[in-house]
Amino acid sequence: MNGFIALIGRELRLSVRLRADTIMVAGFFAVTVILFPFGIGPEPGVLSRIGAGVLWVTALLAALLSLDHLFSDDEQDGSLDLLLTSPVSPTVMAAAKILAHWLTTGLPLIILAPLLGVTLQMPSTSTIPMMTALALGTPTLSLIGAVGAALTLGARRRGVLMPLVVLPLYIPVLIFGVGAIDAAVMGFEATGLYAVLAGFLLISAALCPWAAAVAVRISAE
Amino acid sequence: MHALANPNRFLKLGDRIQPWALGLCLICLAVGLPIALAFSPPDYQQGDTVRIMYIHVPAAWMSLFCYGVMAAGSASFLIWRQPVANMMARASAPVGAMFAGLCLLTGMLWGEPMWGTPWVWDARLTSMLVLFFLYLGYMALGDAFDRPEQGDKAGAILALVGSVNLPIIKFSVDWWNSLHQPSIFSMAGISLDSSMILPLFLMVGAFQTFYIVVVLMGVRTQVLTAKVRAARLMRGT
Repeated sequence: MNGFIALIGRELRLSVRLRADTIMVAGFFAVTVILFPFGIGPEPGVLSRIGAGVLWVTALLAALLSLDHLFSDDEQDGSLDLLLTSPVSPTVMAAAKILAHWLTTGLPLIILAPLLGVTLQMPSTSTIPMMTALALGTPTLSLIGAVGAALTLGARRRGVLMPLVVLPLYIPVLIFGVGAIDAAVMGFEATGLYAVLAGFLLISAALCPWAAAVAVRISAE
Repeated sequence: MHALANPNRFLKLGDRIQPWALGLCLICLAVGLPIALAFSPPDYQQGDTVRIMYIHVPAAWMSLFCYGVMAAGSASFLIWRQPVANMMARASAPVGAMFAGLCLLTGMLWGEPMWGTPWVWDARLTSMLVLFFLYLGYMALGDAFDRPEQGDKAGAILALVGSVNLPIIKFSVDWWNSLHQPSIFSMAGISLDSSMILPLFLMVGAFQTFYIVVVLMGVRTQVLTAKVRAARLMRGT
């Protein structure tokens, strides 16, 4: 447990001192969402209808971009080998990295989403469902994506390979995440959809750190 | 079973099975295709378009079957380090992707006259499309490394992670309301007229034996490739 907290501290310190991930991912998220009103046209009816989907797809891409160097930075400077030889088990190491990734990139998106929802003409009633759905869904994105990032460590043409591997696995989260926001906006009961999102989160929290750890060890062999 | 873990013994057995499988495949096709496409009765609602079923349904089953083999092979490769199991998995992937693509394509051709649209975004179709992309991802990941062993292991993990999709496809028509009709198999038996069952099962037999032939070819190619690689490493070229 001490190792887990120490690792999260290390990741957070790295993120703060390099000032890379958080600001860039949030910036990417905002700029990409803002592209849609220009691309589709500013009609409020259209924008508010597609708003949930735009936010989710963009959050997905933002997660994917930042996951790219979840393990590869450490692999390149050699610290990944040190982490693997440390007494902390690789599964705990992967779990710490995933949690830190979500804290630095997933959480800012949740805070930013209502603001961007306003620019997409989404009704104010959608704010709470949007934040709930993203809060339940974005950790799953980090978890699944970490497996993809670990599997593609050291692969050729990694930039195109990672989306091909990870995006099909993201589709269920996308479907239920958008469904939850849409249901809440239209005044339907969304509890069941939240429950499905929470189910995805629990399953992937149980399996993904382990799978990512196995994959990291394979690449370090 | 353990004797088959030796690639050479596996190939010997494969050599014995392959001509039979090929012959059976050709017989099933020669008998099944004319019955399916010409002599079986047209459906009372769908008319002649129901004949697409004889390609569509076996292709769908085979695409799930191939992924099942891929997941099982990957698991036994990761757990017991069985190289042949991994070769089976690697050889099944392109065949499965082909069957999944065929299933999607024939489904679109069938949906156009029957549903009035070639594509709807419902659970059955979407999960099948995801399966198709999982195959592509598996193949791309397996070939993306300089060390083949690393690609084998990474691909095996991805195959296992992706296998959560299989039950979703199988039960999607039961769990969600869908334009797609439910499975013809249920607790009450087979809900398909006997005149259609025979050609359907002949086509399933043809697809299944075709799969066996192609997978054995794929495994043989991989064994030979590994031998060539080892020989070249020994010679240092």
